[in-house]
Amino acid sequence: MTLDIQDLQVSYGGIRALKGVSIQVEDGKIVALIGANGAGKSTTLRAISGLEKAQSGKILYNGEDITGLPSKEIVRRGVVMVPEGRLIFPDMTVLENLKIGAFLRRDKEIQKDIEYMYTLFPRLKERSWQMAGTLSGGEQQMLAVGRALMSRPKLLMMDEPSLGLAPLVVKDIFAIINRIRENGVTVLLIEQNANAALKIADEGYVLETGSIALRGQGKELLNNPEVRAAYLGKA
Amino acid sequence: MSVFLQQLANALCVGSLYALLAIGYTMVYGVLRLINFAHGEIFMMAMYIVFYGIGLFMLPWYLGFFLTIVITALLGVLSERFAYRPLRNAPRISVLISAIGVSYFLQNLATVVFGGRPLTFPQVALFTDVIDLGGVKMQRLGILVPIIAAALLIALMFLIKKTRTGLAMRAVARSYDASRLMGIDLNRTIAVTFLIGSAMAGVGAIMWGMKYPQISPTVGSMPGIKCFIAAVLGGIGNTTGAVLGGLLLGFVEIMLVAVWPDLSGYRDAFAFVLLIVVLLVKPTGLLGEKATEKV
Repeated sequence: MTLDIQDLQVSYGGIRALKGVSIQVEDGKIVALIGANGAGKSTTLRAISGLEKAQSGKILYNGEDITGLPSKEIVRRGVVMVPEGRLIFPDMTVLENLKIGAFLRRDKEIQKDIEYMYTLFPRLKERSWQMAGTLSGGEQQMLAVGRALMSRPKLLMMDEPSLGLAPLVVKDIFAIINRIRENGVTVLLIEQNANAALKIADEGYVLETGSIALRGQGKELLNNPEVRAAYLGKA
Repeated sequence: MSVFLQQLANALCVGSLYALLAIGYTMVYGVLRLINFAHGEIFMMAMYIVFYGIGLFMLPWYLGFFLTIVITALLGVLSERFAYRPLRNAPRISVLISAIGVSYFLQNLATVVFGGRPLTFPQVALFTDVIDLGGVKMQRLGILVPIIAAALLIALMFLIKKTRTGLAMRAVARSYDASRLMGIDLNRTIAVTFLIGSAMAGVGAIMWGMKYPQISPTVGSMPGIKCFIAAVLGGIGNTTGAVLGGLLLGFVEIMLVAVWPDLSGYRDAFAFVLLIVVLLVKPTGLLGEKATEKV
């Protein structure tokens, strides 16, 4: 078991955003987290990354309790998030954005990894010296993914990677997620595009107002009548 | 002509000093979105440290200056540690009030510890000797200040643009969340920002003291507020803008008095007029960008 979240509770100013969420993510799998707006998907990922404080519950990573550790320590352990809205650094160049992704690395292979990102995302290579803020939405998403990969994550968490992107670009993003997994990285994915997410996911969780409502294999959830009605827009 | 050159040299000197101080405001604003009203008082403390180090303990000037810069830098870090860091998640107005508190605290601390009677800044002959440059007579300071300031500012630009620390500072200035997700230590980066900004204020104070050698507990407030204006003029948050704003304020101030000597009594007021005009005409300053609120 790579990531084991046990009964996680998070509150914002008295309002409980997570009311005891338990999620297991196994090594090498793609796990999708779906649910309506405000269900607590982003809060879950933010708590794992150390951006939000857990009120109670535990987050275990490879058996180690990482609850309450500063983000830096969590990134150092290989748990890395591509945040919602991408949050690239718009006034840095594309290259600088990639470099900052490797902020905690001190090894000599950073340059090699930058080259690898450029083969993974050829568009970024063309725009290497451009300010990241001038990129299109899809390119910014690629950059955000590339930036996260620069830290050589073992578990990559992605918060709505396809949000606001053109359908063709969305297809690219999902292809890349598959490719990331093939490289041995475990993926925990939040998606409003439940259909696409469950198709590539080994396992899925449905969050409803701060609790897990359903859990199952990706295909299983895809065919679940409740899920179809609530999240896939099909009766 | 030589009078004009004299004024020009003077303006460059004053402008460089403003730039050194304005940098501190703009850097702190960048990472904390805070106008650090205690910056002028950090500057004031530096002048007293020089007085005690060189004037009283008779340290050689280079050692005195070096210690002053180090202690001033640490004082800045300390103020952040105890007055701003505990308020990291508080509304921004609380931090602002805390900054005003630090400012008054340091002024009163100086009054208690050093006394309210004005003291004279120790003069170092190497800097204060008068030299003659083709008819333009000035203290050696007049040339040294712009050179030292330029060297420091270039070094700072290099640090911000090319080093890992600078990368972290720029990231923190943009987004706390994104920075933390990169593994950047927020507190450490903010502390380093205060360290650098206060060290610059220390250097500024040393040179300021040799040019205007009177020290009192309130000596930091006018330069402080003027350099804040310089930072706003250049576009607060933008380091190049702070340098530009500082130089511009220095030039306009000196030249105004040079052209209309009758106005010399209004020299200090001019900076405030400038602030009002900037806020009315271009609130983002010369190089400032659209205000992006951090959430």
